[in-house]
Amino acid sequence: MSDVSFVRTEMLPEKAPPATSVGAIGWARENLFSGWFNTALTLISLAVIFYVLSHILPWVLSPTWSGTSLNECREILAGASHDGGACWGVIRERWIQLLFGFYPSELYWRPIAAFVLLGVALAPILFSDKVPAKLLWFSAAYPFIFPWLLWGGTIWGPIAAAAGLVIGFFVYRLLSASVSGLLGLIGGVVAALIWWLLLSGLAVYALDSILNIGLEPVESRKFGGFMLSITIGIVAIACSLPLGIVLALGRQSDLLIVKYLCVGFIEFIRGVPLITLLFVASTLLNIFMPPGTNFDIILRVLIMVTLFAAAYMAEVVRGGLAALPKGQYEGADSLGLTYWQAQRLIIMPQALKISIPGIVSTFIGVFKDTTLVSIIGLLDPLGLSNAIRADANWNGIVWELYGFIALMFFVFCFGMSRYSMYLERKLQTGHR
Amino acid sequence: MTILTDPPKEQFRLSMLLYDTRYRSATIQVIALIAFMLLAAWLINNTAQNLADLGKPIDFGFFSEPASYDINQRLLDYSSRDTHLRAALIGLLNTLVVAVLGCATATVLGVVVGVLRLSHNWLIARLMAVYVEMFRNVPVLLWIVFIMAILIETLPAPRAFRGDSPSASMLLGDSVALTNRGFYVPEPLFSRSLGDIHLLGESSLRFNISLDLVVVLIVLGAGLWVSSRIKRRADRIQESTGDRPTTWYLRLGVIVVPLAIVLALLGFYLGHPELKGFNFQGGTHLRNSLIALWLALSLYTAAFIAEIVRAGIMAISKGQTEAAAALGLRSNRIMSLVILPQALRVIVPPLISQYLNLTKNSSLAIAVGYMDITGTLGGITMNQTGRELECVLLLMLVYLVISLSISAVMNWYNESVKLKER
Repeated sequence: MSDVSFVRTEMLPEKAPPATSVGAIGWARENLFSGWFNTALTLISLAVIFYVLSHILPWVLSPTWSGTSLNECREILAGASHDGGACWGVIRERWIQLLFGFYPSELYWRPIAAFVLLGVALAPILFSDKVPAKLLWFSAAYPFIFPWLLWGGTIWGPIAAAAGLVIGFFVYRLLSASVSGLLGLIGGVVAALIWWLLLSGLAVYALDSILNIGLEPVESRKFGGFMLSITIGIVAIACSLPLGIVLALGRQSDLLIVKYLCVGFIEFIRGVPLITLLFVASTLLNIFMPPGTNFDIILRVLIMVTLFAAAYMAEVVRGGLAALPKGQYEGADSLGLTYWQAQRLIIMPQALKISIPGIVSTFIGVFKDTTLVSIIGLLDPLGLSNAIRADANWNGIVWELYGFIALMFFVFCFGMSRYSMYLERKLQTGHR
Repeated sequence: MTILTDPPKEQFRLSMLLYDTRYRSATIQVIALIAFMLLAAWLINNTAQNLADLGKPIDFGFFSEPASYDINQRLLDYSSRDTHLRAALIGLLNTLVVAVLGCATATVLGVVVGVLRLSHNWLIARLMAVYVEMFRNVPVLLWIVFIMAILIETLPAPRAFRGDSPSASMLLGDSVALTNRGFYVPEPLFSRSLGDIHLLGESSLRFNISLDLVVVLIVLGAGLWVSSRIKRRADRIQESTGDRPTTWYLRLGVIVVPLAIVLALLGFYLGHPELKGFNFQGGTHLRNSLIALWLALSLYTAAFIAEIVRAGIMAISKGQTEAAAALGLRSNRIMSLVILPQALRVIVPPLISQYLNLTKNSSLAIAVGYMDITGTLGGITMNQTGRELECVLLLMLVYLVISLSISAVMNWYNESVKLKER
C-alpha cells in the first residue's frame, strides 16, 4: 500500500483580500450597499442630493454680481442665456446695510472696534491657558466701553456707571468688616442705587462741563442688521448669566419665600412666548414706569430679552447644580466654609463647567430669537430685508436676501456650537 | 445619680437677627419679601397713575364689542359682526390646531431622522446631519417666512388648473390641489347626517358638535378598547402556555368592521374641491399661512427632537443591543423591544420642553398672517381697541395656561414610562 497522504510542509504566501472588500469598493459595500434596505436608502439619498443640487447650483452660480437692479440682473441672465439664476447684485450693494443697518457709515469703525474688543475681553475667559490673566482687568472694564462705543455720547456716563459699582463695593467692604455681611450687602446695594438714581446724573453733568470728552452720539433707531442682533444677543447673555445664577441659587435655596419668588418668576417667563414679552417691551413697559419716563426702544427690548434669557439660564445652571454629587456640598460644609465661600470656591466652578453646553445653546437660542424684534418694528436683518424689498430697484427679490441672512446665522450659530464642543472636551477632567 | 438639666434658655437679643444663623434666614426672607412688595407696589402705582393720565382704566368691556375683522382660517363659525371675545376664541383654537399638528409631525419626523442619523449607511447619516444642523442653526422665524415664500412663489395659481391642457394638475386622483392660495383637500361629508348639537345658543362662546363625529369616535374608541382586551388575553395565554395565538386579524377586524358599517350607514363620502370660476370650491381649504407655519415649526422642532432621540439611543449601553442580539432578536425587534423602551426614559423630559417650545413658537404666526391667539387678541384686537395692558396680560395668561397644561400632561406620561425604582 503506497503512501498517498500529502502534507504541505511550507506556508502558502498570503493572498490579497478580494477586491470587493478593500479600498473604495469595499468601503462602499460596507457603508452604502450592505443590504437591500441600505441600498435603497443610498439610492434615494443620491436622487435627493442630485435633485436639490441640480436646482440650486445653477441658481447660485449666476453671473449677476454686477447688477444694480432686478431688471438689470434679468438682462444679464437673458444675455448669458442662463435662466432662473439668482440676482446677487442686491447682496453686493446691500451687504453692508444688512450688517450695520442705518448706522452712519463714517462711524462703522465703532461697532467694528466694539466687537473686536469683545474678542479681546473674552479671550482671558475663553482661552484661559493661552492668554495672560492681567487682561481680565480689561474684561471687567469692557461692559462700560461697549455701550459707549456703540451709542457714543460723553465718556463720563459709563465712568459714572462704573463708579456706582465701586461705591457699592466699598460700602459693602466697610459695613461687612465693621457690622455684618448681610447689612453690608444691603448697604452696598442701596448706596449704589442712590448713586445711580440721584447723584450720577449731576456728576456727569458737572464733569462734562469741565472736560468734554466724548463720541458723536448715535440714535437707537439707526441700529440695525446683524449689529443689532449681535448687540441684543451679547447684552442679554452677559446680563442674564449672573441673573440666572442668582435665580438658580434662589430656586435651590432653603429660604421658602425667596425660593417661591424665584420659581414663580422662572416658570412665568418660561411659560410665555418671547413675542409677548416683546409686546410688553414695545407697549407696556412705559406704562409700568413713573409717568413721563420714555426710554429707548432698544433698551426696553434689551431688558425683556435679558429677563427671558435669565429664566432659561437659571434652569441650565440649576441642572448643573443638581448634577453635582451631594458630597461636594457636604465637603464644603465640613471645611467650615460659609455659603458664599462654598459657592464661589467649590460649587459654582464645577456646576458652571457642567452647564457649559446648556449655556452655549441658550446663547444660540437667544441669538436666533433676536430675529423676533422685526415683528415689533426694529430693523434686524429680517426687518431690513423687507426694507430693501421696498426699494423700487429690488422689488421682488426674495431668495437672495433670505439665503444671505440664513447663511450668516448659520455661520455664527454653527461656530458657537462647535466651540462649545471644544470647550467641553478641554474642561473634561476625566472622572465623571 | 446625675440629673440632666436643660441648658439655660438663651435670651433673644435683637442682634441675633443678624448674626445667628437660626434667625438670619428669617431676616433675609422678610427683607426679600419687603423688597419684592415695594417693587410690585411701585409698578402697580406707576401703572395706575399712567392709566389714569391716559384716561383708560382697566376694563374688559371691549370683549363684547363687535370685532369687525375677518378671520379666514377657522374651526368654528365666525363673521366680522361677532365680538372680540369670539375672535379671541377662534384664535385660541387656531393656536391649538397648529400646535397639535406641529407636535405630531415633528415627533414622527424627529424620531425617523434621529434613528437614521445613527444608521450604518454613511450617506444617509451625513444627509440627516446636514438636515439637523441646517434647521437648528437658522432662526425659526426665517424658516417660517422662507417656507411661506416658497409656497407663494413656486406653486401654481388656481387659473393654471383651468383649460383643456392645464399647466398644473390636481394630485391623488383629482382630489388634492396645491395652489399658491393654499392647499385644497377633500372634506369628509355624510349624506345621511345626524345633524349638529348647538351649544350655548347665540353667545360668543357658542359651538356646534357634529353628532356624526361623536358616533364615529365612540365606535372607534370601543373598537380600540376591544382590541386592547384581545391583546391582553393573548398576553395571558402566552404567559401561561408559551404560545401566542395569532390575533392581528381579529384585532384589526374589531376596529375596522364596525367603523366601516357606521360610516356606510351615515353615508360617508369625500367632498372633492373643484375649480369653479377663478378659484376652487368645496373641500377643505388650508391656507398658505397655516401650511407654512405648520411645516416650518415641524421641520425646525424635528431637528431638535432628532438630536434628543439620538442622544437617548446613544445613552443606552451597547451591551443591551449585544445581549438582545445574543438572544436571537432581529434588529428591528431589538430597537422596538429593548432600546426604545429604555431610551424613552431619557427622551421624554427634553421632548416635553420641545413641545412647549413649538407651542410658544406658534405665536410667530403673526409674521405670516395666520390668525392665532397672538394675531387676534395680541394683534388686531389690541390695535383696534387700544387696550394694550388687558390684551397683553390676557395673552400671557392664555399661553401660561397652555404651557402648564402641556407640561402637566407630559409629566404624567413621564411618570408612567419612568424607571420604577423599588
